Amino acid sequence: MIEVREIGKSFGERVALRDVSFSLKAGEALAVIGPNGAGKTTLLSILADVREPDSGSVDLGGGRVGFVPQQAAIYRRLTVEENLRLFARLERVDDVDASVEAMLEQTGLGERRGDQTGTLSGGNQQRVNIAIGLLSRPALLLLDEPSTGLDPRQRSRLWEFVLSLAAGGTSVIFTTHNVSEAERYGDRLLVLADGEDLFDGTAAELHAAVPGSEGTDFESAFVTFLRERGH
Amino acid sequence: MNWAPIRWLLVKDLQLLRRSPLLTALLVIYPIAIAVLIGFALSGGPDKPRVAFLNQVPTEDSFELGGEDFDVVGARGELCSRIECVRVETREQAIDLVESGEVLGALILPADLVEKLRSLGGLTPAQPVVEVLVNEEDPVKAQLVDDRIDALLAEANLRISQTISEISTQYLNILLNGGSFGFLSEDFEILGLRTAAEILSEISAGLAASDPNRAQLAEVVDFAGLAIENLDIADDLLASVSQPIQVDKQVISGNAPGLDAFAIAVAATITLMFVTVLLVAGSLALEREENAYARLTRGLISKGALLGEKVLLGVLVSLVVTLLMLFGLELFVSLDWGRFPIWIPAIVAGGAAFAAFGAAIGVTAREVRASSLLAFMVSLPIAFLSLVPSGTVGAGLYKAIEVFAAAFPFDPALRALGGALDSAGPSVWAALGHLVALTVVYGLLARVALRRFG
Repeated sequence: MIEVREIGKSFGERVALRDVSFSLKAGEALAVIGPNGAGKTTLLSILADVREPDSGSVDLGGGRVGFVPQQAAIYRRLTVEENLRLFARLERVDDVDASVEAMLEQTGLGERRGDQTGTLSGGNQQRVNIAIGLLSRPALLLLDEPSTGLDPRQRSRLWEFVLSLAAGGTSVIFTTHNVSEAERYGDRLLVLADGEDLFDGTAAELHAAVPGSEGTDFESAFVTFLRERGH
Repeated sequence: MNWAPIRWLLVKDLQLLRRSPLLTALLVIYPIAIAVLIGFALSGGPDKPRVAFLNQVPTEDSFELGGEDFDVVGARGELCSRIECVRVETREQAIDLVESGEVLGALILPADLVEKLRSLGGLTPAQPVVEVLVNEEDPVKAQLVDDRIDALLAEANLRISQTISEISTQYLNILLNGGSFGFLSEDFEILGLRTAAEILSEISAGLAASDPNRAQLAEVVDFAGLAIENLDIADDLLASVSQPIQVDKQVISGNAPGLDAFAIAVAATITLMFVTVLLVAGSLALEREENAYARLTRGLISKGALLGEKVLLGVLVSLVVTLLMLFGLELFVSLDWGRFPIWIPAIVAGGAAFAAFGAAIGVTAREVRASSLLAFMVSLPIAFLSLVPSGTVGAGLYKAIEVFAAAFPFDPALRALGGALDSAGPSVWAALGHLVALTVVYGLLARVALRRFG
């Protein structure tokens, strides 16, 4: 069980997060959505221990946390295998060789293992990026806009992969600008706007929270939801 | 401290270096190029300036001054060993060469040079004049020619004035003590003041005490005595006129390191600085450019350990590159290999301070190119200022430069390497202490700046 209680974060005068709270069960996928500047990436960076919150508490349940930043955090002059091997060693993975082989198989990059990652397509770079986040077999996987820059086929493969992880018991928190993706792949949605959490529930619950939105698509309902709350 | 992450990141950085052929080539070629340039400069010596030389003096003409033969042909040979003489036949040719820039200047010896030189030993001296033509388009070259020709002429003038002084002394001695004197192919016997005074004294002694001529003779004898006394010291006066100031150089304390050792230390320090600062600043900026910094510092490696790894990378690479440069220099100049054990701490301490400085620069830039440009722009003026010698600027400004230079690693690294390469150089240990302090200070600055690096 993951518990986040009233965390706040400011950058100078600007408030990035204001008393955000939520919880997450094992194997659950939480989609964090909201307009630009809502605080989505700040929230993930706090959960990933990249940033310290100014207030509040975070309990990640003691398990390992895998972090996949929005832009591929890989060394472009190293090969796919060298990147995986380096981060497996830094993650102090027990069996480096086995972990690297497993990730190469899971991401379908076995044939490109000797290629420098800078020569891969954006989609394949993102797969390496995600594979690095999974090397330590985390109990919680944090994905910051993972489908950005991927074509529809790559996006589909990515979500198939993520859902299989969740089915295996890995909790997943992902941010996205694509509301349809959030509706489709998130068990629950956390809506942030200007650092405040406006909604925490399923897509159906959000739809229902917007009077007169029956018959409209989820994206329209979401935009109306934000407008009604002054965003 | 957990060294495993540092080790793996170091391996990764060396792999990245190996994958960057241009950067690796530069790291190898740069020190070799510096070594070759410095080596040629130290072993080749300065080039002689090309000067057009018009000698209008008849070749058989030579002259004797004060019994010493002045060989014009020999003097010309000596002159042309100091400058590269381009023989010309006419004054117009000399002017053309100077105007076209083929030569830096022209030296014209007039036909009456020997005749006038010869007159200096006679009673009707005439001052000889040589003509120097200079192209002032390039002030540096013009100054070089001026200085070289001025030095040569000053040397010739000194030699001639010493000879004239000796001739004058001979004339004075004849006047004082008597002797033979040649003029217009005839020899004249000169009585001399001493003998004249003795003769007058004897005549005066033979006169009666009441003789009125006796008092007048006594006045003449007194004058002769006074003249003898004063002319006696004229020898020394004439000698001092020919060379008014003599230099008596005494070394009071310490020995300056040899010019070669200093040049090598400067070359090694510049190599150390550029390689280390650019590498560390670029390597740290690369972590951000590749978006890896956030991933690394969320528990995989501490920020302090990440900085330590970059400093270690800088020290390792700079040690290899600097030693490579010194090995290359050995082909041209002889290095004191007995001091090798002192080279290592000097290079390591210099490398560490430059690496910490590079890290402080690297954390301020978001991308490798920006960090490299910043590192270059900051390092170069610091190196220039650190090389300003005392006495070339005002005392206040020099003090300010000293304080400024002490805040950066170049000056102590130069002192450490200078002392390590040459036993006559500055204290190595004081410089090492300075470098260690700078490593700590810049390391702390970089660590503080890392807070906003993500």
